[in-house]
Amino acid sequence: MSRVEADARILLRGGRILDPAAERDEVADLWIEGERISRATGEQDAGDARVIDASGCWVMPGFVDLHTHLREPGLEYKEDIRTGGRSAVAGGFTSIACMANTQPVNDDPATTDFILDRARQGSPARVYPVAAATRGLEGKVMTEMSALMEAGAVAFSDDGRTIMDSGVMRHVLEYSRLVEAPVMTHAEDRRLVAGGVVNEGSVSTRLGLPGNPAIAEVALVERDLMLAEFTGAHLHVAHVSTGGAVERIRAARERGVHVTAEVAPHHLALTDERLLEYDTNAKVAPPLRSEEDRRACRLGLVDGTLDAIATDHAPHALHEKELDFVDAPPGMIGFETALAVVLDMVREEEIQPLELVRRLSTNPARILRLEAGTLAEGAVADVVVVDPAREWHYDPAKGFSKSQNSPWAGESLTGRVLHTLVGGVPVFDVERGVLV
Amino acid sequence: MIGRDLLGIEDLDREEIERILDTAEHMVEIGEREVKKVPTLRGRTVVNLFFESSTRTRASFEIAGKRLSADVVNFSPSASSLKKAESILDTARTLDAMDPDAVVVRHSVAGVPHRIAAVLDAPVINAGDGAHEHPTQALLDALTVRQQKGRVDGLTVAIVGDILHSRVARSNIHAFRKLGAEVRLAAPPPMIPANVESLGVKAYTSLREALDGADVIMALRIQNERLGGAYVPSIREYSATFGIDRMKLDYAKEDVIVMHPGPVNRGVELSHDLADHRPSVILDQVRNGVALRMAVLYLFSGRATAPETSEGASQ
Repeated sequence: MSRVEADARILLRGGRILDPAAERDEVADLWIEGERISRATGEQDAGDARVIDASGCWVMPGFVDLHTHLREPGLEYKEDIRTGGRSAVAGGFTSIACMANTQPVNDDPATTDFILDRARQGSPARVYPVAAATRGLEGKVMTEMSALMEAGAVAFSDDGRTIMDSGVMRHVLEYSRLVEAPVMTHAEDRRLVAGGVVNEGSVSTRLGLPGNPAIAEVALVERDLMLAEFTGAHLHVAHVSTGGAVERIRAARERGVHVTAEVAPHHLALTDERLLEYDTNAKVAPPLRSEEDRRACRLGLVDGTLDAIATDHAPHALHEKELDFVDAPPGMIGFETALAVVLDMVREEEIQPLELVRRLSTNPARILRLEAGTLAEGAVADVVVVDPAREWHYDPAKGFSKSQNSPWAGESLTGRVLHTLVGGVPVFDVERGVLV
Repeated sequence: MIGRDLLGIEDLDREEIERILDTAEHMVEIGEREVKKVPTLRGRTVVNLFFESSTRTRASFEIAGKRLSADVVNFSPSASSLKKAESILDTARTLDAMDPDAVVVRHSVAGVPHRIAAVLDAPVINAGDGAHEHPTQALLDALTVRQQKGRVDGLTVAIVGDILHSRVARSNIHAFRKLGAEVRLAAPPPMIPANVESLGVKAYTSLREALDGADVIMALRIQNERLGGAYVPSIREYSATFGIDRMKLDYAKEDVIVMHPGPVNRGVELSHDLADHRPSVILDQVRNGVALRMAVLYLFSGRATAPETSEGASQ
């Protein structure tokens, strides 16, 4: 990262400190010295420190996104590592894991190197590559996990190209124990999906679009949970969208399976009813589900079955989203809207702010074993300051991603990131935009 | 009272449907004249934008437009230079720049007419989108039933066949329900869409039960590629269980009529003799198709002036 030297002292004054790692929820000052959080001195005089007024705001460890698509190398017309990283910090995400479905696929240490090199040059957010689990995402031959870990990969996944061969998945999970990294599964049985593009149910029936049944997710989640139990590996279930999957993950965890799981803001907020106007910006995989599923996902997030919120930020160009509903690619951008969308659960009194931050920061950091997710003294100063009550109008054309495929385009949202700091350096400020 | 576009029957209320049918009755009368042409849409341009090939529906719209003196242009991007990657909205914007007065759209994917309507100035008429809707087919079916039975209200209509993939079924479900009929579906279970009861119909896997007391049997066309094992085991098994023949007509009312949107796979959906003879009314449907589409072009092509020679159609 072309980082500004972080030698100054910064005082975040009078914010509500939300630090799940320390179970801390109190109004206090937060001092940053250089790259790290420094001791709270209690001194009133800021001296030569730069002061950021955080009164009325929440001060939290920077968010950690387990699931993003930065599109570089190869698909830079949708996004690149620099623009993706800028969009991330504008949404409060200071660490982001990027999926391997680039061109070429990130299945080789040289590609992992390239991604990290590009990130150092241009991304204000820390970038952690998720390498492919199988070569070319073909679901046949596993990748060189040791070499990829050495190059900087933090997890393995074929993401949207679900590994359908159960024998291959077994060996991927077994082998992942060697490198002690999670295997992330986009759990959808492709044969049950069978070309479905919206949740199978009343909405698909009304719209006349091919349905993707909830069972496609539940069946593959169950398979992967059984394989995780059998192999003892760490399985991470990506973007859970169905009540059935939540239930099965809960049961597996109760019997000791090493499983973690994430949920995307759109599956917490929207249902398939959102598609009644055939808006391709709301086409996503897995699809927006029923109201029942949405509620189950929210409950799963509250009770901890779903550990983390991950955006599945998936930029696509306008001309791609202007194709017909079947041909348009699935996915939506998510960094800049995620916080406002999930804050709804705090407003609805479903979850405490501290618990929400745990799922945005502390838990995902733990899943990837990152040094992040805490505001403890001495911790790396990845910090986000949020005004949970600020209303704003979301116009993706004015955002930092190269793409604009958001179902929240043109909507009024509540809750805004005011400041983002990475390693003690202010990288985003709501008034001035991305600063590096 | 009638909206700008005709995208689906789901958007219409009973009054609107009846107004279209009433207008179509007058158009039927024009079709019976020696000179079947009125100057109603003279100077107007109707574009048939067919992304999916169709001969029958396109011909029906073309004849309808010509009988109203509109200039009808056929535009089939799938047959021209359209690559799959070209945005449908780009095509629509290009077309819009040519200032058509109405655009008739058919596409193999549901929702395309809706999205085109959102960027076009001209009214859009849906001529069939994926497995979503085919509103003019349902309207001509309703017109045919009304002519044959004198009413629609209170009748029992059984729709038989591949409901899952059928836009004709969806539009007819909406149309007949709104007009007060009871709608039943009969199909092999893999061809019944999820939660289809949410459309206000009852689905049967027994053809006999579905036809019991039916006034109208509507057989759907079944695509050959869906008869090879994925949805039903074979043509033979399908025609034995869900194909309509004279013996199965006994399950229904004595004066039942048999309909089919065409083209018929003879010996599959309907037995050979039924395809050609009463009680099937297939050719009446086709004839009504032209009149109904005349009514639709007249009512939806926005700036149309009142017809000069057809008194009734101006009501």
